Amino acid sequence: MAEFVRLDSSTSRHTMDKSITLPPDEIFRNLENAKRFAIDIGGSLTKLAYYSTVQHKVAKVRSFDKATKEAASDKLYEISVQEEVTARLHFIKFENAYIETCLDFIKDHLVNTETKVIKATGGGAHKFKELIERKLGLKVDKEDEMTCLIKGCNFVLRNIPHEAFVYAKHADSEFRFQTTQPDIFPYLLVNIGSGVSIVKVESEDKFERIGGSSIGGGTFWGLGALLTKTKRFDELLQLASKGQHTSVDMLVKDIYGGSYGSLGLTGDLIASSFGKSATADKEFSKEDMAKSLLHMISNDIGQLACLYAKLHNLSRVYFGGFFIRGHPVTMHTITYSINFFTKGEVQALFLRHEGYLGAIGAFLKGAEEDNPNQYSWGENYAGSSGLMSVSPDMNPMQRARSGTFPFDMLEMDRLERQLVNLPLLQDPSSYIPDTMDLTEDALAREYWLYCFEEALDGVVKRAVASQPDMPEAAERAEKFRQKYRHKLQTLRHQPFAYGSLTVRSLLDTREHCLNEFNFPDPYSKIKQNENDIALKYYQKAVKSLEELSWEERQFALVRGVLAGNVFDWGAKAVSDVLESDPEFGFEQAKRQLEERPWLVDSYDQWLERLRGPPHKCALFFVDNSGVDIILGVIPFVRELLSRGTEVVLASNSGPALNDVTNGELQILTERIAAMDPVIQAGLREDRLTLVQSGSSSPCLDLSRLDKVLAQVVRERQTDLVIIEGMGRAIHTNYYAMLSCESLKMAVIKNSWLADRLGGKLFSVVFKYEVPAGKPSQGSAAVTPS
Amino acid sequence: MAFNGHQREDEGIDEDETPTKQPRSEKEMPGCFKTEPHNEASASAGRSTSERRTSNSTMRHRADSVKKTRPPFPWFGMDIGGTLVKLVYFEPKDITAEEEQEEVENLKSIRRYLTSNTAYGKTGIRDVHLELQDLTLCGRTGNLHFIRFPTHDLPAFLQMGRNKHFSSLHTTLCATGGGAYKFESDFRTMADLQLHKLDELDCLIRGVLYIDSVMSSGPSECYYFENPTDPDHCVQKPYTLENPYPLLLVNIGSGVSILAVYSESNYKRVTGTSLGGGTFLGLCCLLTGCSTFEEALEMASQGESTRVDKLVRDIYGGDYERFGLPGWAVASSFGNMMSKEKRESVSKEDLARATLVTITNNIGSITRMCALNENIERVVFVGNFLRVNTLSMKLLAYAMDYWSKGQLKALFLRHEGYFGAVGALLELLHPS
Repeated sequence: MAEFVRLDSSTSRHTMDKSITLPPDEIFRNLENAKRFAIDIGGSLTKLAYYSTVQHKVAKVRSFDKATKEAASDKLYEISVQEEVTARLHFIKFENAYIETCLDFIKDHLVNTETKVIKATGGGAHKFKELIERKLGLKVDKEDEMTCLIKGCNFVLRNIPHEAFVYAKHADSEFRFQTTQPDIFPYLLVNIGSGVSIVKVESEDKFERIGGSSIGGGTFWGLGALLTKTKRFDELLQLASKGQHTSVDMLVKDIYGGSYGSLGLTGDLIASSFGKSATADKEFSKEDMAKSLLHMISNDIGQLACLYAKLHNLSRVYFGGFFIRGHPVTMHTITYSINFFTKGEVQALFLRHEGYLGAIGAFLKGAEEDNPNQYSWGENYAGSSGLMSVSPDMNPMQRARSGTFPFDMLEMDRLERQLVNLPLLQDPSSYIPDTMDLTEDALAREYWLYCFEEALDGVVKRAVASQPDMPEAAERAEKFRQKYRHKLQTLRHQPFAYGSLTVRSLLDTREHCLNEFNFPDPYSKIKQNENDIALKYYQKAVKSLEELSWEERQFALVRGVLAGNVFDWGAKAVSDVLESDPEFGFEQAKRQLEERPWLVDSYDQWLERLRGPPHKCALFFVDNSGVDIILGVIPFVRELLSRGTEVVLASNSGPALNDVTNGELQILTERIAAMDPVIQAGLREDRLTLVQSGSSSPCLDLSRLDKVLAQVVRERQTDLVIIEGMGRAIHTNYYAMLSCESLKMAVIKNSWLADRLGGKLFSVVFKYEVPAGKPSQGSAAVTPS
Repeated sequence: MAFNGHQREDEGIDEDETPTKQPRSEKEMPGCFKTEPHNEASASAGRSTSERRTSNSTMRHRADSVKKTRPPFPWFGMDIGGTLVKLVYFEPKDITAEEEQEEVENLKSIRRYLTSNTAYGKTGIRDVHLELQDLTLCGRTGNLHFIRFPTHDLPAFLQMGRNKHFSSLHTTLCATGGGAYKFESDFRTMADLQLHKLDELDCLIRGVLYIDSVMSSGPSECYYFENPTDPDHCVQKPYTLENPYPLLLVNIGSGVSILAVYSESNYKRVTGTSLGGGTFLGLCCLLTGCSTFEEALEMASQGESTRVDKLVRDIYGGDYERFGLPGWAVASSFGNMMSKEKRESVSKEDLARATLVTITNNIGSITRMCALNENIERVVFVGNFLRVNTLSMKLLAYAMDYWSKGQLKALFLRHEGYFGAVGALLELLHPS
């Protein structure tokens, strides 16, 4: 069964003061444009969902009109900040006790009157039907609970990387997040509400309840309440976490005196739950009985889940329902049980947003005409509470006393582009973008959290400076600072809040927070300036390259890309230099570079490869604006084109630090084409193509790329992937295995990271790889050492 | 508790050397003679008593040759479980005058004590209705007795063994169950007895197959419930367990073991669960204050589990058609007990009934999944949880039939919990 718990008077939040005022704009955000409401009312928690549009500022670049060009300035293009409307899904979770207060608030702030219906699901939907209809004036439309649950589950598995995790109580990091599988089906969902439902999900629309059990959360609660006279579910769990089941349970060793060796049953296994309590003259502690009960129920559910998984040959088993919902105690006992019964062959998987599945599903049912599943969605880190936040799931007694309104939020942004895997990933199911998992590596975590906190002042300063005409920018920037600092603090204690903590997620969270406070592109003017300056040197740079011999030129091109990559505001070591010495030039950058042999150096193999036939098509993921793209990347691309290789330049869809965006790159290549016939011919003959990556991150997740990019890559039979820069080639993708040749180039602009990798500041990574078993055409198979 | 078997307590019955009535069953233990191929006189099992009597001299002759490999009396098989000790005792009824004279006083006294009583101490009980009379084992004819007492009274049992100088008989005591290991040293130190320890699952299977084979001419050992889904027409019917393999054997003691049996020697333990008879009794004791299995069952028989459990219809008002769940199915065991008012309104009997139903149904559903995974259609339930527990047996029969749409058949055996002990006895007579 799903969540069928009914509230009874004893379990309602007696300690809550319903009259407390909500900090509403922080919770029910963007209500003005809200529509398509859905609500999932469980035994104790309500989950509200709605769709809204968010108006926020975006930085746009636009080429100056040729006719008026001279009138403008010497600038290459103009930057304008525009209002853009994007779609966002809001999900809010709060205790049922607040339902009336919340409905009132929504009613008062709901401007949009198009909405006529609210989709509802969950065991409590019936109970509150009348209240909702009266308060909101909306018709309650009930949806099947299980259908909603499955729809929601499919949605989060598809759209939220690191949604699923394995729980390991005693490991360095309790949560081990799973990489998103290219195909999420088939899977088993074991929903532990008051009873248990076991559902096999085969596709978006095809699922079947293959079994279940009446021994579930209701049994724990009901039987637990009888045995311990403890009324509340979470108090029972608390009791259980303090108890010793061995005084109540009959263990194998109680019968055998030790283990039952021939069957491999160890002495500590439970032979008979409550076997020792079969006596009238002994007292047992509440804690011990609760613990024994928890073990009994968890083991039983685990065993049945394993039997069903085996019968249906399924290896992905997700657990949810109020029995699980973020409770470490139950996640641990279920995990233990699954491990025991499958001998480690099946892992128990849990979901970060498990509590929202019903609400998400109900929402999706109501939004079918908008077809939300045709889009890709992304979790907004700025607006989401994250796992194990001070949410209503956790320790309600304590929170009640503190008088704060307990809520938990999830926000999902509709992405402009549909995201898919790069078709050239060798094994999409094992691809992990991030090189370092800061959830597991405590030292690295400490360093990077410190690093981002240190850099915060600079980011705030830059944000304010980017909007000189807006007097309230300072105030907004200060809000940004608070929000991001708070996120960093949260992550210090709960590194698992948004999935695996990585440098990428820290960077992305910062971008989300900046956007939240309308700093869409703090670097726009700097980028513009750098692009202007770099462009002036373009022809000179190309000319000097052409004067070199072939072999000298190949090396100079690589050094150019690397030197260009030193120009990076994202790296603190460099932004310090850039800020203090604006004359820091390209030539100086080259001198900063490490001499060969580089830290990672397969240049000889690359050169050897270049002596062979040209590649069919190269996909180049570019990095920074200015010198990097104009004096480093474009000359390199130019050489590839001259060799007869088609080039696809992939740049960010949205701004992130000083990374060149697709919009900017369009203008830049046009300008370069105007002075360079090679580039011009490339564009004209469609041998040079610009695509957007679908990302707005300084890092790169090759499993979430623009669908168009994937299509172009396939059509052009891309046989070389070039990834440039620290964010894309070191923080992420350093170990990414591709099915074609790949080249990863970066300069390490962080001494800690350099140290970690065994190098020093400005060490060079030049990693040319040929997939095993695929000798590159025309030359000997080369693999870097 | 009603004994449906023979119950006699007249002194001296054990002195009676000649069978006083026609045997119910007379079969040789086939295994016993596999090692005696030269002895052709005994090869044909199932001859009539009169025939045997007329060929008394042959019998005598054969008995002499068997005697060499036959262990000395007394013959015991013991299964020391988590809750109960199960003891089977073979009482020879063909003792000759010569033997009678030779028989030491200690042995005689043990025989007399066991066979003339039906209760021992406060807690030991002989299940007279299960007694197998005129059974031939290793060339000897006699009665097989079934005795049980709680494991926690094992010290008293050992004390008795000591008082009766059991160790002077130099017998090997074959024992199985976890207690054979746990209490091995107690047997040695308290009663000067050396245990021959045996695997409990080996013994269980051997015992099941043996009892079924010797019972085939008497009242059927194996039975099932006809029309299990129709309470008005649900009746117990005998079942012939010919070609028993493959077979799922579910042993419900304190805990539960589920075995897939493909032949006498080829079996595997598929899985087990800790929610067994011990859980039923343990929870009942905590919830109702009762202290014995019989009490708990008695309460359960008077209670109503639907007041404790939350049914599908309590949630959906009827069937949950989307998933084919009938309204009467339990959605959440003890689910109604989440509510304070309902906790206050249920009786102890209701709680006992709900506990019984919960544990039984859970065993049913795990069993059903194992049967599906192992592709086996016949399930035999044994173990002392089922003793005088028709409620659970009917529930299991119902659950197997209903949820498998008639594919699975639940079978039960009269000697429920004694198979391990029987297996241990067989091991004494015929070491494998």
